[in-house]
This record gives sequence, structure tokens and C-alpha cells, in this order.
Amino acid sequence: MTEQLVENAPSAAHEVGKARRRKEDARLVTGRTTWTDNIQLPGMMYVAFLRSPMAHARITRVDTSAASGRPGVVAVYSGRDFADEQGSLPCAWPVSEDVVIPDHPPMAVDEVRYVGEAVACVVATDRYRAADALEAIEIDYEPLDPVLDMTEALAEGSTKVHDAGNQAFTWKFAGGDIEEAFRDAPVVIERTYVQQRLIPSAMEPRAVVATTDGDAFTLYSATQIPHILRVMLALTTGIPEHKLRVIAPDVGGGFGSKLQVTAEEVLALLLTRRLGRPVKWTESRSEGNLTVHHGRDQLQRISVAADRDGRVRGVKVDLLADMGAYLMLVTPGVPLLGAFMYNGIYKMDAYDFSCTGVFTTKMPTDAYRGAGRPEATFAIERAMDELAHELGMDPVELRRRNWITHEEFPYTTICGLTYDSGNYEAATERALALLGYDKLRAEQADRRDRRDPVQLGIGVSTFTEMCGLAPSRVLGSLSYGAGGWEHASVRMLPTGKVEVVTGSSPHGQGHETAWSQIVADALGVPFEDVSVLHGDTSVSHKGMDTYGSRSLAVGGVAVLAACEKVKDRAKELAAHLLEASADDIEFADGTFKVRGTGAGRTIQELALATFAAHDLPDGFEPALDADATFDPDNFSFPHGTHLCAIEVDTETGASKIRTYVAVDDVGSVVNPLIVEGQVHGGIAQGIAQALFEEAVYDTEGNLLTTTMADYLIPSAADLPDFVTDRTETPATTNPLGVKGVGEAGTIASTPAVVNAIVDALRPYGVNDVRMPCTPERIWRTVTEADPAIWAGPTAAGNNIGDSAGPPATGGDTTDWAGPTVAGDDITGSAAEGGAR
Amino acid sequence: MPRITVNVDGIAYEEEVEPRLLLVHLLRDRLGKTGTPIGCDTGNCGACTVMLDGQSAKSCSVLAVQADGSDVVTVEGLARGGEWHPMQRAFHEEHALQCGYCTPGMIMAAIDLLRDDPDPSEEAVREGLEGNLCRCTGYCNIVRAVRRGAAEMSRRSASESSAQEVPAP
Ligand code: FES
Ligand code: FES
Repeated sequence: MTEQLVENAPSAAHEVGKARRRKEDARLVTGRTTWTDNIQLPGMMYVAFLRSPMAHARITRVDTSAASGRPGVVAVYSGRDFADEQGSLPCAWPVSEDVVIPDHPPMAVDEVRYVGEAVACVVATDRYRAADALEAIEIDYEPLDPVLDMTEALAEGSTKVHDAGNQAFTWKFAGGDIEEAFRDAPVVIERTYVQQRLIPSAMEPRAVVATTDGDAFTLYSATQIPHILRVMLALTTGIPEHKLRVIAPDVGGGFGSKLQVTAEEVLALLLTRRLGRPVKWTESRSEGNLTVHHGRDQLQRISVAADRDGRVRGVKVDLLADMGAYLMLVTPGVPLLGAFMYNGIYKMDAYDFSCTGVFTTKMPTDAYRGAGRPEATFAIERAMDELAHELGMDPVELRRRNWITHEEFPYTTICGLTYDSGNYEAATERALALLGYDKLRAEQADRRDRRDPVQLGIGVSTFTEMCGLAPSRVLGSLSYGAGGWEHASVRMLPTGKVEVVTGSSPHGQGHETAWSQIVADALGVPFEDVSVLHGDTSVSHKGMDTYGSRSLAVGGVAVLAACEKVKDRAKELAAHLLEASADDIEFADGTFKVRGTGAGRTIQELALATFAAHDLPDGFEPALDADATFDPDNFSFPHGTHLCAIEVDTETGASKIRTYVAVDDVGSVVNPLIVEGQVHGGIAQGIAQALFEEAVYDTEGNLLTTTMADYLIPSAADLPDFVTDRTETPATTNPLGVKGVGEAGTIASTPAVVNAIVDALRPYGVNDVRMPCTPERIWRTVTEADPAIWAGPTAAGNNIGDSAGPPATGGDTTDWAGPTVAGDDITGSAAEGGAR
Repeated sequence: MPRITVNVDGIAYEEEVEPRLLLVHLLRDRLGKTGTPIGCDTGNCGACTVMLDGQSAKSCSVLAVQADGSDVVTVEGLARGGEWHPMQRAFHEEHALQCGYCTPGMIMAAIDLLRDDPDPSEEAVREGLEGNLCRCTGYCNIVRAVRRGAAEMSRRSASESSAQEVPAP
């Protein structure tokens, strides 16, 4: 525990920092949960959606009459039936002046633009009957060409997804003199990386229940954002905000996928309004794979200019980002969240970023765990490994030569962000020791010497990220439509128990436990005496919800701030009751005492005194309760070093992670158990991108990976145990010293794994394997490699097979292919590794 | 419509069901046994795992009529006399759940796994739970929990059998 925390947590209890078992678990391990799909209301009807089988088509005829006559069917509607009422699904992040935000009807009216887009719906007495009746709806389509490839979409004469064209926006950002940095640079690395499209795949499918008493509406939804959803639904449907209550009951994971205002949420409300009865919709997994927003899908060109000694001079990034068919809640903002991160943890003279958002006829993309930052981290960390290889330098040594040293914090990066604190050296040293880096490098050299068909690769990822979203002013300067503050209330009940209301909205993160720990220390009350309320806009009237690793770094700090206010009020009351000056009152372990005397009142006694209100100071309201809102001045910057040792069977393409080490620095820690769990889960999702997952569309624009049999979410059998540790450098930008942990593992692990695979295959002249690095891709890469390379003279940088390595502009290959002899170079890095 | 009798967590139900009704929908929509969730529609995720006549089964892949005359135990029926099953406790102790959506199925599958192998290695747990997906935890703590639960269950059955061997004074 840090001094800073002790200061803010004067109770002897010291709950903060303890590995408390979670309060949430009791209902979850016994099945007494409230998932949205559990909710049954009297007279409730079930909704099913008919979805477009075409990627791009005009709707020429709709006939719902046969479906209407089916047993149990209450109503059947097409998009046209709601055309005047359904509005347009919102995009809250108009990133640029040139952004095109197309109309996005919840049910398509004239044209469909991706497979899975809702075109009609059935309301029936049970789920089976609703699904049955879908078959009887007749829709005629006039096919249009699908638009599937971003580069082709931008080409002259391409079929247009929307009338305004296929370019959604352009966005640029620069720092320093990039031309100067690249001019005469002794080494320039240019690479193109494909961030494949991913499906977030929270285990709980989306579900919505809507009901009305004729005047007011309640919407239950499996959402991460009940507060934002309420505002957006009020604006979209015209239901006044004060007549709309949104409840996020137990929510089974989100990872960004439930940070959305969905067609189904809007339509559930409209159907309830029209029919005057409760409705429920729950998606099937196959429906979800088609229509829960997807993640990533960027084409990244990155160039790094460096000196021969490895010093990075500048980084240039050019992105194409696939928006899919529409801009959803924060679709165009996702690449911007990475725009300030392609410099990573490194010092440099210049930086240049440009991004073009592109419309295609696919499911829209939007936030998925890390949103923009995993992409950025992947590109820079992959490029650093390429640079190290090019220079014949150990990849850790290259990073060491470029990273911000711990004495240099706070450090303002080339992107203008001020990293408040960190210690990259400490995290890296720890990680190297845990992995046994030198020994593994020696083994690697041995396997290379022996031409072992099973090669060993070691991947390095020294990452940071910006999270704790976010300072409202910064969001404003980036054209985001809302703020980044968070709200909390702390209520002292007459019996001395405490209710905490938080505006962040958990779906697995353990807020009830962590917030209780913060409050227990701040107010000196038992952990068990605190309950945490959330996720219902009638209970928690203000909030900005949960995403961007913000809950603790913003919401937790708001809880602490509310506790401080409660304490101030309690102190005033204690002074009055003890007939002392407030200046003489000390607070420790839940008791307010007159300094130097034994006289005191516990916080519980004071709470009861406000309930009775018989003897309060003049003008003192009979309560100790307080509200607080925290708006951070800066982002927080967790960092860490992840190392992956992987064995690659060059004969079969199979890869097996042998050891995965993660040393993360997430600042001060409220609950180490929860932090470790978040890191584990994050790493697993990052590895999943590296090795397993990809949303695949065919040439007609049909999604091929609609089920969990096709979209390969890793099981326990596919993953290793992770070795995790932490260094603790408190954030200086919030009084808890915390940095956020929800996304860190996912951001760090993808490049660690791919770097390891490429490292294993270096002797074959391989410098990239496209994600996901499946056995087939690895096998092809090795098979297509020139067998002469191993002994050959100049092939170190040769780009092989399926990889996306060469510069898209077809520049001189010497730009990116190294002059060093592969074999020599390898010996070189092994020697360096061994020397450390 | 066929009439079936099924015992769920110790209560006998008699229900008329459509032949196509899935067991999981019978449990959730008809009997209010919502502790068992649904995570997919292809039998891949394991969220819906229950014990059907003492063996784990994915209740999304079983028709209600197939369960006629059967005994079903769900996660809601594991606790005894207000005390959690050792596996439930182990999941809590090892922080083997985050959102908890996979947890009921994971716990049921874990208990089933121990029928064949009361002291599984890490490897065996990972292989044994291959049919249950978790998106939150990265599985490390689930593996730990299953081994902890296994140890506790073995300890209990050992002390139970030794209690039986010792004659009453
Ligand atoms: S819901 Fe039964 S296996 Fe997924
Ligand atoms: S705990 Fe969320 S899916 Fe397993």
C-alpha cells in the first residue's frame, strides 16, 4: 500500500489493498441472478427480428400479411411501419468537419447495407412462435454490389454504401517535424499490419425488456451504459427523459460490445409504446455474431525512422479504419483513441498520424476492449521488434534506448500527452527475471543451431495506454458528444450502515467489492456495512457508466470524494455535540474525537443523531449524505512489460505458448485479486486476437463466422497459465493513485504473442505472420519461405507468404528488408541477450 | 402436447410441453429456474450445463421431452442446508468468476469432471472444461478453483468415510 493511500484511508481497517473476496459472487455462484432474459412481466410478448440476407440491396417489396395470421402472433412490422417514428441510431462522436453521418434507421426502410440488418419484426406470445412467423414474412430485394474491401471502397467508381460516398472521415494529427525526422534517416522500417475484424463475444447475449404504464417507460437492457442509453433513447424516440427509466440488471460481460445504443433497444421501446404491453427480445448467439458491433478492422501503415544506434527519430502512421455500414455510438472515435498512442513509451522527435474512416457493407465496428489502443500498441511494438531485427539488436535493448526513464516523469510525449508516472525499467527487469529471458535466448540459439523443427520465439511488448476516460475538456476538444466525469453518492443510514450509489455500471468488474473497500477505509466502517447500488437510472440518477478502464480511476475517485464530504459534515456535527471547535476534532477508525481528550462520537452515532435531528447545529440539514462528481484533469497511463515464449512447430504450424509473463503497473491497487483477474482476462482476449479469432466475410458479404463453432473463442485447453506480477507506481493525477486495469492485458498481449511467433520464424526470413496466426498460416508462411534462406546471405527482412509486410506503396524493399545475414543477426541478438 | 414429469432441484414438476421445447427453455421460461443461462445456439459454450440423472448435460441440446422422468440438478440446487457446495465456495475463494455468466455451467461441468478424476492435474482440468467458455477470466483462476474444490471434496468424502468406519462410542 502506498503512503498516498494511507493518507486517504485513515482507518485502521486498511481495506484498500486487501484481496477481498467479492460481494457479487454470492448471487452468481448460486444462480440467483437477474440477467435481463430472466425477467418475466405479466402479459409480456416476445420479439424476433427478420434480418437481411443480403450485404447490399434495395428493398422492393414487403408483405407481412401471412406472418400476421400465424398462431400466437400479435403484430408484424417492417421498417416502413416505423419510418416516421424510429429516428436514426445515434453517433455521439462526429470526429471531424468532414465526417459523414448517414441516416441509420433501426429497421431498414429502403436499403440494406449489411447482412443481419433488421428489416422486420414479429411480436408473439412466446419466443418459438415469434421465430416461426419470421419465415412467413415476404421481402423482395434488388441486389446491389457489396463493398467489402477498404482500398477498393475508396477507389474511383466504387459502388457507394451511402450516397455521400465511402469515405466516412479523415483525421490528422502531428507533432514535431516529421520530414526532418525521416530525411536522411539511416534506418527506416515500413510495415503494413492488418488488424482483423473481431467479434467481442460477451458470454451473455444481448437482451432487452421494455414496459410502460401508459405514461412512463422502463427499459431493462444488457448494457454497459444505462445513463448514456437513457439520454440517447430519449433523444431518439422522443420519450421525455424524465419518463424513461433504464435498468442494467446483472450484465454478463461487455468488453465494449454493450457500449452501444442498439436498434433492438429503440424498437423494444417503440413496440411497447405502440402495443401498450411489455416486450422482450433476446438474441441468439448467431444473431449476435452478425449484429453486435464488431471490433478492430484497421489497415495500418507504420514507418519508423531511426539512427543506427537504435534511437527512434520519428513515427508515421497512416490508417484505414473500417466503419462498416454506419457510424454507431463511437464508431469513428475508436481510431482516435489510438492516435495518441503509436509513439508508445518512447521518446522521439516527430510523429505524424492520419486516418481515413471507410464505409463498407459489413456490420459496423465500434469499441472493443482497448478500442484504438490495442491497434496502436500492436503496430509500434511489432515495428520496434522489426527495427531491433534490422539493427541486429536485442529487442529489449532497443526499447531501453528509447523509453522514457523513470526520472523523466512527468513526461510530455510527442503527442502532447503528459504521462504522469511510470517505471518501465522496473517492470521490464522484473518480467525478464520471471521469464528467465537469458536462458530462453540461449535455448533459442541452440534450437536454431540444431535446426530443430520446433523453434522457440520470444516476444516483447512494453506497453502503455491512456485510460481512465476521460477529462471532459479533452473529450470536447476531440468532438466527443459527452463528458468524462463520474458521479457518486454516499448515504449514511440511521443504523450506521452505508449506501453508495455509483454512476459507473459494472458487468463483471467487482465494483460492489472495491467501492466497499474504499468506503470502509474512508469512513472507518466495516466492509460488510457498505452496499453499492448501480445500474438503474432511478437509483443512480447521474453517471457516465463503464468503459475505457474508467470505473475506478474516475468513479472510484468520485466515491472517495463523496466520503470526504460526508466526513466534513460529520466533523461539524461531532464538534457541535462535543462542544468543541471543528479544528480540534480528529478522525480515526470511524470515530471523531476531541484532540487530547477521550470524548468522541462514532460515525454511526452521528448518523443516528441526524435521523433524530434533536440536536443539530443551526442550519445543519439532518443528514450526513453527500454527492460528488469527479472529472479527471488527465488520463491515467497504466503500463507494463509482457513477454511471451512460444514454441512453433515449423512442420505442422502448431504453436504453443510455453510461458507468458506479465508485469503490469496499474498504480495503486484497491483489490489485488480483482486486478489480477482483469489482467488474466485481458491477456486471454489479446492472445485470442493473435492466435484464434477473426470475423470472416465471404466475397458476397456473408459473415462466415456466425457461431462459436466458427468464431474460435479460446477455451481453457487453448491457453496456458499466466505468470503475473506488478510494480506499483501510483498515478499522481488522482487521490487514490489508481490507473485502471480493464484493458491493459488485451492491449499488451497481442503484440507479445505475434512478436514471439515472428521471432521463432526469423531463421526462415519471416518478418510477419498475419493475425490470427493459425497453424495453417504459420505452416504456409514457413512452407513458402525460401529453403535457401537459412543459409542464405541477404534474406533477413524477406517478407513471406500470407504476411502483410511490404509497404503498400511498393517502395524500395531496402526500406524494410534488412541487409544483415539472418544467421549472423540471430547469433548477435542471442549473444546480447545472454550478456545481460 | 406430451406431458412430462421432471424432478428439478428436488421438486417434481408435471408439464405439458411442445415436443420441440428445449430443456433449458423449460427450466428458464416455464419453471422459473433462471440460474441456468444460455450463451449460444450451437452447443459450444456450456453456459447451460446441468446434471441430468447424475451426468453433466448441455440443457440447450436436450429436449424437454427427453428429460421426461429424469432428475435434473442445476446450480440452484447445489447448496445443502444453506451451505454452498465446495465447488461454489472454491469459485468464490479463487476469484474464478467476473461477470458470472459462465459460472453455473462451469461449476456443473467441474463437478462432473471430478466423477472420473477426483484429483485432476491442471492439464486435466483444462482439457476437461474444453466445452465451457469463459470470456472474462482467462481461465487461470477457474483451473485453480476446480483443483481447490476437488481437494475439499476429497477431504470431505475421506472424513465422511472415516466417520462411518469409527464405531459410535
Ligand atoms: S447455451 Fe448450451 S452450450 Fe451454449
Ligand atoms: S465470468 Fe464472465 S464469462 Fe466467465
